[in-house]
Amino acid sequence: MSQRHLVEDLLDGDHRALARVITNIEDRRPGYRDLVAELHQDTGEADVIGVTGSPGSGKSTLVDKLAATYRDRGLTVGVIAIDPSSPFTGGAVLGDRIRMASNIGDMDVFFRSMSARGTLGGISTATAGAVRALDAFGKDRILVETVGAGQNEIDIVKTADTVTVLVPPGSGDDVQMLKAGILEIGDVFVVNKADLPGSDRTVQELQEMLHHGGGDVPDTVGHHGASDTVEAFDSTGDDRGGDADWDPVIVETVANEGEGVDELVEVFGEHADHLDSTGGRAANARTRYAAEIRRLLREDVNDLVAAELARQGGLDSFVERVLDRETNPYAVADELVDPIAECVEQRREH
Amino acid sequence: MSVEQEQRTLRCLVAKVGLDGHDRGAHVISRALRDAGFEVIYSGLHRAPEEIVQATVQEDVDVLGISILSGAHDTLIPQILEGLAEYGALEDTLVVLGGIIPDEDRAPLKSEGVAEIFGPGASMNEMIEFIRENAPER
Repeated sequence: MSQRHLVEDLLDGDHRALARVITNIEDRRPGYRDLVAELHQDTGEADVIGVTGSPGSGKSTLVDKLAATYRDRGLTVGVIAIDPSSPFTGGAVLGDRIRMASNIGDMDVFFRSMSARGTLGGISTATAGAVRALDAFGKDRILVETVGAGQNEIDIVKTADTVTVLVPPGSGDDVQMLKAGILEIGDVFVVNKADLPGSDRTVQELQEMLHHGGGDVPDTVGHHGASDTVEAFDSTGDDRGGDADWDPVIVETVANEGEGVDELVEVFGEHADHLDSTGGRAANARTRYAAEIRRLLREDVNDLVAAELARQGGLDSFVERVLDRETNPYAVADELVDPIAECVEQRREH
Repeated sequence: MSVEQEQRTLRCLVAKVGLDGHDRGAHVISRALRDAGFEVIYSGLHRAPEEIVQATVQEDVDVLGISILSGAHDTLIPQILEGLAEYGALEDTLVVLGGIIPDEDRAPLKSEGVAEIFGPGASMNEMIEFIRENAPER
């Protein structure tokens, strides 16, 4: 399949083309950047929802039920589920698909398993590209399920509009809740397996944790129908600009029974509306694109320098000269970068 | 332009189809492929042919390995192959079978698009070698 056809076929709704585009992005095949570049024009329509939480907290099961709920409402869904890869062999067993029992045979749920391919942070470097492909394909909602995350895998905030953190009952005492990291990134907290003993306590501790941020207790909705509705809570520690005034919401679910999932979908809708009305979505997109441009610049300039380095005999020869005190690392850096800087300068003058 | 090109990671779907609850073999194979550096997607038990087609297409796997010990291969495997063809996925997916497939059933299955059949006693290395050598160019 040629690149040009791939993009056209993808935009025409060809599942195989979508799958192949994601593969090309994931494998960084030659030309994958052109693919992503071409798709960009057709993106920006989907709501991207991140789901993170510890291993076994029920992310896959919840994602399955969320996808089914969106389908019932007539929306199309893309799912990207990331599992860890072996640091030794690079191999992986991707098992999230097993939980997708509610969407059997429904091609309008496009489910793709991804390996983290050695990336820390809970998602893979290709995830953003894959999200874009699903977005361009026309998916209304895109669910991104991270690697079972511990305490600090928070890269999902760079990709998702709405971040959901699953906290299973019995996740530790209130000191765990004080810790920095994953609990700072949630727009929505889900206490899943809310039928297990200890879930009330977990909800309470979460409320306290959020409460410590300054302000009142956040809303709680859930399968008990309990809604201790108190308003106005200032979310702090949120560096994503847009949602500084969003009050994180706690939702109780029993994902394998589907309980609380409708309420959760409602909350996602509220958060999306909030992002739209406050300009948070645009602010997030700006931050995201700025980060992406920076990353690409780093990569490209890096390649440029690497090529120049190779042309001049490779790093080792410079290292030898530094070791013999013939030159020093700073002079080497100047020596390599100056010719490039000169080229840039000359072009500027013309 | 990034010139760096790592060795391609092969993706493989290990699938159990139909009413067949024997998954020890599929687990062992998944584990062996993982340790050989493959990315393995495991389907779980009791999948319908169309589910396996859906998964193969969406996951864009290089290899589809189907484990079947129920004796229903003559019915179920052709359904999967047809489904793959419908999505244009048959030509560049390597389909291999494992399990209990009587000798007389092998030739017809192979003529329909199955690349190789590994029965009891097949070695792990033999299988991994076969996949590495025959994974479709893309």
